[in-house]
Amino acid sequence: MTETGPEISPERPRSPLFLQRQSYRRRRLIDAARFLPVLGLLLWAVPLLWPTGEQEPVHSSGALIYIFGIWALLVLAAFVLSLRLKVGGTEPGGGG
Amino acid sequence: MITLNGLVAVCLTYVVFLFVIAFFAERSALRGQVRWLKAPLVYTLSLSIYCTAWTFYGAVGSAARSGFEYLTIYLGPSLVMVGWWWILRKLVRIGRSQRITSVADLVSSRYGKSNLLAICVTILAVIGTTPYIALQLQSVTLSFEVFAQPGVPSPEEGLRSYTALWVAFGLALFTVIFGTRNLDANERHHGVVMAIAVEAVVKLAALLAVGIFVVWGLSGGVAQTLARIDASELGSWQMDGGRWAGLTLLSAAAFLCLPRMFQVLVVESDDEGHLRTASWAFPLYLLLMSLFVVPIAVVGLDLLPAGSNPDLFVLTVPLATGQEGLAVLSFLGGFSSATSMVIVAAIALSTMVSNHIVMPIFLRLTGNGASVSGDVRHAVLLSRRLSITGVVGLGYLYYSLSGGGTALATIGLVSFAGVAQVLPAMLGGIFWRGATRMGALAGLTSGFAIWLYTLFLPSIGSGALSDAIMAQGLFGLSWLRPQALFGISGLDPLLHAFLWSMTFNVTAFFSFSLASFPSPLERLQGAQFVNVFDHSGGPRSWAGGVAQTEDLMIMAQRILGAPEAQALFEREAHRQGGRGLLPDPTPDFLETLEKELSGSVGAATAHAMVGQIVGGMSVSVEDLMAVADETAQMMEYSARLETQSNELSRTARQLREANQKLTRLSVQKDAFLTQISHELRTPMTSIRAFSEILRDSRGLTAAEHIKYASIIQDEAIRLTRLLDDLLDLSVLENGQVNLNLRQGLLCDLLDRAAAAANDGGHAVRIRRNGPNEQLMLNTDLDRLSQVFINLIANARKYCDADAPELEIRVSEKTGLLVIDFIDNGSGISVEAQDLIFEKFARVSDRQAGGAGLGLAISRQIMTRLGGEISYLPGYGGAAFRVALPRNFALAAQ
Repeated sequence: MTETGPEISPERPRSPLFLQRQSYRRRRLIDAARFLPVLGLLLWAVPLLWPTGEQEPVHSSGALIYIFGIWALLVLAAFVLSLRLKVGGTEPGGGG
Repeated sequence: MITLNGLVAVCLTYVVFLFVIAFFAERSALRGQVRWLKAPLVYTLSLSIYCTAWTFYGAVGSAARSGFEYLTIYLGPSLVMVGWWWILRKLVRIGRSQRITSVADLVSSRYGKSNLLAICVTILAVIGTTPYIALQLQSVTLSFEVFAQPGVPSPEEGLRSYTALWVAFGLALFTVIFGTRNLDANERHHGVVMAIAVEAVVKLAALLAVGIFVVWGLSGGVAQTLARIDASELGSWQMDGGRWAGLTLLSAAAFLCLPRMFQVLVVESDDEGHLRTASWAFPLYLLLMSLFVVPIAVVGLDLLPAGSNPDLFVLTVPLATGQEGLAVLSFLGGFSSATSMVIVAAIALSTMVSNHIVMPIFLRLTGNGASVSGDVRHAVLLSRRLSITGVVGLGYLYYSLSGGGTALATIGLVSFAGVAQVLPAMLGGIFWRGATRMGALAGLTSGFAIWLYTLFLPSIGSGALSDAIMAQGLFGLSWLRPQALFGISGLDPLLHAFLWSMTFNVTAFFSFSLASFPSPLERLQGAQFVNVFDHSGGPRSWAGGVAQTEDLMIMAQRILGAPEAQALFEREAHRQGGRGLLPDPTPDFLETLEKELSGSVGAATAHAMVGQIVGGMSVSVEDLMAVADETAQMMEYSARLETQSNELSRTARQLREANQKLTRLSVQKDAFLTQISHELRTPMTSIRAFSEILRDSRGLTAAEHIKYASIIQDEAIRLTRLLDDLLDLSVLENGQVNLNLRQGLLCDLLDRAAAAANDGGHAVRIRRNGPNEQLMLNTDLDRLSQVFINLIANARKYCDADAPELEIRVSEKTGLLVIDFIDNGSGISVEAQDLIFEKFARVSDRQAGGAGLGLAISRQIMTRLGGEISYLPGYGGAAFRVALPRNFALAAQ
């Protein structure tokens, strides 16, 4: 087995290994922004588990409150994130 | 009761109001006061064209008919907006850096500016959107009817068509006036966007007003409303899980792909910050839009007679309770929803149709394409206006042909599923560099075909697909039944079509992408799109400089308009260094120009036009290979440099070592010379002294004569020996000695050596072991005996024991013949052990007549013979070991 060097082409901009506290916070905020829709999808998939038909169905009022409650929470979380992301300024790059 | 004429008056007033708003927005934009026009709020509100009349009226109808299903249409887009960091952010950035004009332009631009793809997407979009426009016309017509003859659901045919025609005409007029004001589709349609924002507020306010009236006015509060819902026929959660999940995904996909949504989301956006605001504000808008849908539906089902159209509850509930003002507001909300959708859809579609279908045909028909005379600008504007009229006209035609029946009710989702076919090509294009034009084409066409066959044609009612096909499948093949492909029946038709079309779409997209090889331009664009955040610069697609700037100027003037084009050229010339009014056709300039043009006529056409003038100097495989070659050469060169520098440093190290060695040798030589002059001087001094005595002294006795003469002779002999030794050593060191190989017994050799060394003076007693010495040697016996003589003589000279004794042991060790010479003296001190083999090294002060060359010579001899001589510490006395390779020694037969 031959030993090869680290396979990083020189042109590729390498991101630093450790970040300043501020940049680190910002990255985590972005992670949160990425995670939010996944969370929303999961929570809104919960109605798939609700029983339908004869066996004591979920009341519509409860369903409405659940779905709209999550909606409001998502809006609130997105609002907070958008404010925090704005404070950090725009960062070029950061993936897609 | 408000009359129909009164309603028309209200409607007209509202339309005039919209015209005025649009007009003032355009005026402010012209005066440069665009800050408030570019507010994030306006952007968010403009997104509300997602909520069309289909959702304004249809959501309540859907809730009344099938419970909570309507929510999925809002949940999908909410998720997309909340997850803006994933997709929308990238889309907007790409849209800005590539000056994308439509969803077709995006796909075409990504896959090597292919016009064929653009045409495919355009056709798909037109087919998918036309019924949708018809749906808007229908809803406006229906809402008019509610006021015309309350309670009578179906008036005569003539009035319907009449209303729809007028609405279509008005919409086309508005769109033509404000949608084609400026040619550059990439510049914002401030008037249109502002009017849409106002309409967004109107429809939200209308729906909220009706909702608040229903909850607090009719039901008496939130708790009572919830109780009423639970008590109604919508009282419990009855939802098909497949539809819940499937429709959420479908609406999310459609939200990204609908031409009108792409128009407001990407094309009209000019700040990513707006997206950040919209990420929470638009879900909030959707939440508010859908909040009161279920209460309105429940109350409508309660209040109104059975059989009344639930789609119109938003209107009929206020009317039935005598709230005419509220009803008119609600009517305006529905009207706003319909009109804003039609306007934006018409702009988006007309841009696509004009850029990707009409203009290429026009340019081809008028001969030399870009270099014909005449103002292309007017042609583009005209084609866009005609396209708008055509698109709205198609919608009207579809409406009047389909008769505005209930078949239209499902068309919203059918349309969603159609445009969603663009999704794989779009997402694949912005996230996967391996996506190719072939893949996108294959995916689009297969998905489109399946959607057409399994969903669209069956949905437009009888006639499109015969009953025989529906029941028995195409050509009588049962596995080709439109709503049960491959024999999988029992699925919801919409889900069935969505599932199969997406499966085939994605599979074809992926496999064709893997199998095909993209063109260079495609690969460049792919990299630009996928890595848009790494390099925001445009694609470097023009090489060479043979383009005639005048030609480019003429062409640009005809597309951008003379003042704009001149300003652009002057700016570029200034940027290049201010030589005259015309810039040099550098690749940079061509790239800028192409982007400017693509804002007006689309990327593919702009690329083709610049290409015609520049002479097809776009990037070719050869160029790319040249670039790659250059890079490879550079890398090779630098690698060579590195090798050379390594070699240089290696040589320098070797030189340094050589220098050190030379210095050491020089020191050694100096020391040797000092030593040798000293050694020569001592006997010379005595010879001179005694020869002077012999010459000058009178009266010396004969005995004295003899004594002095013999001293002189002894010293001369000593000198000769010294010179002999030196000569011997020099010969040995230079390797000029010839070995005289002979055979002989070791014991004989030792006998002779002992005899030669031990003659005269006090003899040393030698102990030997006879049997071991019966070995036949094949070596230079004279040289070897010289070593033995030297060692025995040393023992005799230096052994300081009272009864000197030398033991000679012969043994064999791992292929070596080992002969040890051990005396019983006090040995050699540790620090002297290193030196004894050096020249002129003498350990003791005892005068022994030697020059200190014996051991040095012995070592040289042993090296020549292939063996070695070493000092053995730890034997009490001085002990030397002579080792010979065994092949020199042959056992005596």
